Amino acid sequence: MPEMVATRDAYGKALLKLGEINPKVVVLDADVSSSTRTANFAAKFPERFFNMGIAEANMIGAAAGLATCGKIPFASSFAIFASARCFEQIRNCVCWPRLNVKIVPSHAGISVGEDGASHQAVEDISIMRMLPNMTVIVPADGLETEQAILTAAEYDGPMYIRLGRAKFPLVSPPDYKFSIGKSYTIREGSDATCIAAGLMVFEALSAAEKLQEQGINLRVINMSTIKPIDKEAILKAAEETGAIVTAEEHTIIGGLGSAVAEVLVEEKPVPMKRIGMPDRFGLSGPPRKLLEKFNMSDADIARAVLEVMGRKKL
Amino acid sequence: MSLSISELEERANEVRQHIINMLAEAGSGHPGGSLSCADIVTTLYFNIMRHRPEEPKWPDRDRFVLSKGHAVPTVYACLAMSGYFPVSELKTIRKMGSRLQGHPDMNMTPGLEMSTGSLGMGLSVSVGMALAGKIDKLPYRVFVVLGDGEIQEGQNWEAAMSAAHYRLDNLCAFLDYNKLQIDGRVEDIMGIEPLIDKWKAFGWHTLEIDGHNIGQIIKAAEEAKETKGKPTMIIAHTIKGKGVSFMEGVVGFHGVAPSKEEAEKALAELA
Repeated sequence: MPEMVATRDAYGKALLKLGEINPKVVVLDADVSSSTRTANFAAKFPERFFNMGIAEANMIGAAAGLATCGKIPFASSFAIFASARCFEQIRNCVCWPRLNVKIVPSHAGISVGEDGASHQAVEDISIMRMLPNMTVIVPADGLETEQAILTAAEYDGPMYIRLGRAKFPLVSPPDYKFSIGKSYTIREGSDATCIAAGLMVFEALSAAEKLQEQGINLRVINMSTIKPIDKEAILKAAEETGAIVTAEEHTIIGGLGSAVAEVLVEEKPVPMKRIGMPDRFGLSGPPRKLLEKFNMSDADIARAVLEVMGRKKL
Repeated sequence: MSLSISELEERANEVRQHIINMLAEAGSGHPGGSLSCADIVTTLYFNIMRHRPEEPKWPDRDRFVLSKGHAVPTVYACLAMSGYFPVSELKTIRKMGSRLQGHPDMNMTPGLEMSTGSLGMGLSVSVGMALAGKIDKLPYRVFVVLGDGEIQEGQNWEAAMSAAHYRLDNLCAFLDYNKLQIDGRVEDIMGIEPLIDKWKAFGWHTLEIDGHNIGQIIKAAEEAKETKGKPTMIIAHTIKGKGVSFMEGVVGFHGVAPSKEEAEKALAELA
């Protein structure tokens, strides 16, 4: 079993590194710093950390103000509040003026688990992706998270980097190099492709192993940058494998699946299926059971692959 | 080069003429709230604030945020008269291809510090600017003009808490209390009184002035600068449409531009 790391833990560590190497980095949180792991930064760099209390809208506005003065603010909360509650603040105070604000929420998706529907952000990719000037990143594991956070500080512009609460296995190779807008083919395959993001990359790899037993070679792409999406890799996968399944820990409306579908429909339609949260709210439960309940597990991905392969034109 | 109060009054009158000309030319926009804050904004740009039109990104410059972004004609006039761009450009406001958008766009207009227009957000941004000044120990001050109807937005009170919590004495807010909003009188739509008590309770140093009295505006800003450990809120009593008799206190001139005839009449009064 590979090492288990929560992406939020990797964020906490990456911020400590950034604090050392980049004096412009400041961090804001909305009373959940022990959960988002920004508390590590707060302890080491108290003069550059601002707890804004349970007031996310003001946190985003203040982050925008800090950015106008040359700071590189990282603003964290839980994904549901950092995206949905602050949508218009992000639109009008961050994206429209294209300010250098990094919104890095934790607790995204249903893997939040027992806290239930109110805290399970399954809409955030969709609403962040539609904003002009916004870059949306969903790291697959701790290794990629650390690199994405360090890269974010070097990139000038708004970013949304979606992190999770649950510990999940590392999927990236030790020599992996993250780059904005570049997907990573984590497993080669010729019969179909699963384009996944976040912890669903692990599910996709697990599905690929199951399918291998049946003699099916599934390509698995880690599409960690949802916007701007790696069109080239999508079209190449469509061309070479002829069928595509997307997998995301997010509603199937507007997220990764939709982004991939937009590319395919306009340029190279192939049989496709979206695995993700159906059009409903979540429930309390352990992450693994929730993935199974909402048909988002490795077994569901494997079934979807067989289905799209069956729809390929002979 | 410090202007006398009567010279500042002349400037404010010139700003008002620009406002009328801009809005008549554009055929749309917000005269009432632009005129009500004209004396405050003019005094900020030509007396209170330290800024360099020839060096707009001077790190030590005072910051200005117009949270009530719809009053931007007032700021455009002050920026042009300060030399950030030619006065002749004012007539392009709200037109296709203009650098002077209907609401402030910091990436298009030289001298603008922040894009605003959606009410309730400017105070939070000002808090961020003031925090940055504290981190870097820079001497600049942050000035923000809020509308009275605008403070019905809850985000202002989140921002108010945070400004007091972080003891942002480099932050000075003016509340343009003209008593009217789009749908009618503020007290009828959603009452905001007792205003002074509210800001005091939120930990701010508070002052109440006549927002058309330039001497009082200057004195209040000086008191704010001397106040340590807390932000300052200056409640400025104003008249919506101030300076144009048929616009004063008229709700209908919130978001309706004057016709050519009305503009001529207004300009005659301001001449």
